Amino acid sequence: MNTLLNILIDGLAYGMVLFVIAVGLSVTLGLMRFVNLSHGAFAMVGGYCAALLTREAQWSFWLAVPAAVLATALLGGLLEALVLRHLYRRKELEQVLFTIGLSFVLIATTNALVGPQVQMIPLPPLLSGSVDLGFRTLPAQRLLVIGAGCAVAALAAWTVSCTRFGIWLRAAVDHSGTASSLGIPIRTVQCASFAAGAALAGLGGILGAELMPLEPYYALKYLVLVLVVVSVGGMGSITGSLLAAVLLGVIETASKYLASEWGSLFFFVAMALLLAWRPNGLLKR
Amino acid sequence: MNTMTTLTPVLAAAPGQAAAPRCAPAWRAPLGVLLVGMAACALMPDQLGLMTRIFITALFVLSLDLVVGVAGLATLGHAALFGMGAYAAGIFALQVHPDPLVGLAVGIAAGAGLAVLSGAFLLRFQGFTFLMLTVAISQILLSLAQKARHWTGGDDGLSGFVMGPLLGRFEFDLEGRVAALYALVVLAVLFYVARRIVDSPFGLAVRGIHENRARMAALGTPVFARLWVLYTVAGAMAGAAGALSAQTNAVVGMDSLSFALSAEALVMLILGGAGRLTGALIGATVFTVLHHTAASINPYHWLFVVGALLMLVVLVSPAKAWAWLRRRSGGAR
Repeated sequence: MNTLLNILIDGLAYGMVLFVIAVGLSVTLGLMRFVNLSHGAFAMVGGYCAALLTREAQWSFWLAVPAAVLATALLGGLLEALVLRHLYRRKELEQVLFTIGLSFVLIATTNALVGPQVQMIPLPPLLSGSVDLGFRTLPAQRLLVIGAGCAVAALAAWTVSCTRFGIWLRAAVDHSGTASSLGIPIRTVQCASFAAGAALAGLGGILGAELMPLEPYYALKYLVLVLVVVSVGGMGSITGSLLAAVLLGVIETASKYLASEWGSLFFFVAMALLLAWRPNGLLKR
Repeated sequence: MNTMTTLTPVLAAAPGQAAAPRCAPAWRAPLGVLLVGMAACALMPDQLGLMTRIFITALFVLSLDLVVGVAGLATLGHAALFGMGAYAAGIFALQVHPDPLVGLAVGIAAGAGLAVLSGAFLLRFQGFTFLMLTVAISQILLSLAQKARHWTGGDDGLSGFVMGPLLGRFEFDLEGRVAALYALVVLAVLFYVARRIVDSPFGLAVRGIHENRARMAALGTPVFARLWVLYTVAGAMAGAAGALSAQTNAVVGMDSLSFALSAEALVMLILGGAGRLTGALIGATVFTVLHHTAASINPYHWLFVVGALLMLVVLVSPAKAWAWLRRRSGGAR
């Protein structure tokens, strides 16, 4: 019973981290039709910024996290405005090649600047302790991750479906020519949504630093997991990504607890079965 | 006189037959590969290890080209077939018999067998779903190989097998001369086979499926069966490459099943140009030589080079990129 609860909590936290990183990719991939394999690198940049700001510059955790997220958003926005927007109309394979190349360069740069060792983000006292929930005590960091994941899910779903910005985004995606003749600032919308996706990846990288250790190869190592979540959830579907991330996160955590010698076998078996059952994603027709 | 008589009708009919395709005989390019490879081995006798690696990688990328370039199925799990062949050949040499040619046949059979089994499942899907499922299959195989430590040696790798002499006569020497020539001959033979398959009616049908699946189905081509056969052939060739790698290195590591190997092979294929078979050989050679040069300086240095290269290939037109590459390699030597 105790193990089961541990698995559920840890799996939920792991799934939430996967979701926060994956949701940006799901939006660029599903709504903007841009295959961005450097998404893992954005998560890495966010995590590294937070680690360096808190450890080297001695900033407070609560100040460093928004700064790091903002920095990632800035990087994403700049890249989009300068280079990536020219690739929207290119073939998928070219997008894949370019963004993989970009990840490689970011990995090499990170290693040259910071070094190959694993980066830790020191937690403030409030988060390093544990919280008594009445029926049991939980590490505060896990609670923060789960809370942040829920908040991101709600905010993202609300933005895309209910706000003017979400309407602009969907209009720009469906028919960019018509949308722009109706006065929708397409370039701003595309750039802003790309930057927001990058920012969320950065946030995910920070939140998940305990579960997915930050090192230069982070960008490629976890890219596969994020792609799995996006494909199982269905591209462009935020709820689908959340469902897939939590489901796969719980499966992965359970297999680590109960059958660690099998590695990631169950994770990928589950993925293959889910994709075979619903090739377009859990929540797509 | 003989040449004249054969030439004149061609020249006379030139205006009418200008549109007819001019096909080079299928044996010409493989023979060229064989000669160039032997010349390279003779000229650089201290680089035979690198040569062997180039030949094996070229064979692997060639098999990937059948799937990606000819059939148009983007896959990131091709290393599964390579690793399957490598482990099968290694285990066979360790437990049953050390003869290299029988081991090669076992590797080919293992690769083809895995391709038959996984293809029956994978080929029901298309596009991004297919891509992700190939990743899943190769990761599942990797986990299984890690679990079966008794057979595969787990993370330590499979080693301790000694190959017998090739054809009962040629021992694998320390310099790697026999290994390099063995790999080269297998590459040339399988290149010839691949060329014949691609130019056959079967190959044309697969190309047609690549261009328009629905139209080929409407024409009566059994799409699934054609792709399944092609995937099996590609699996056999990847298995052969894996078996060669196991036999010439005398060790099989977990990295022969890894995602990185699949991704690197795809990068090589795109660098050289997909769909033309020769592109696979060129891409594998350029990439392996670059890797060898840059990685001996610093592994991250190497990542930077290949990353920049990839972005350049996309941003600058391929022709310009090739010119740049040629300048670069010319300056490096």
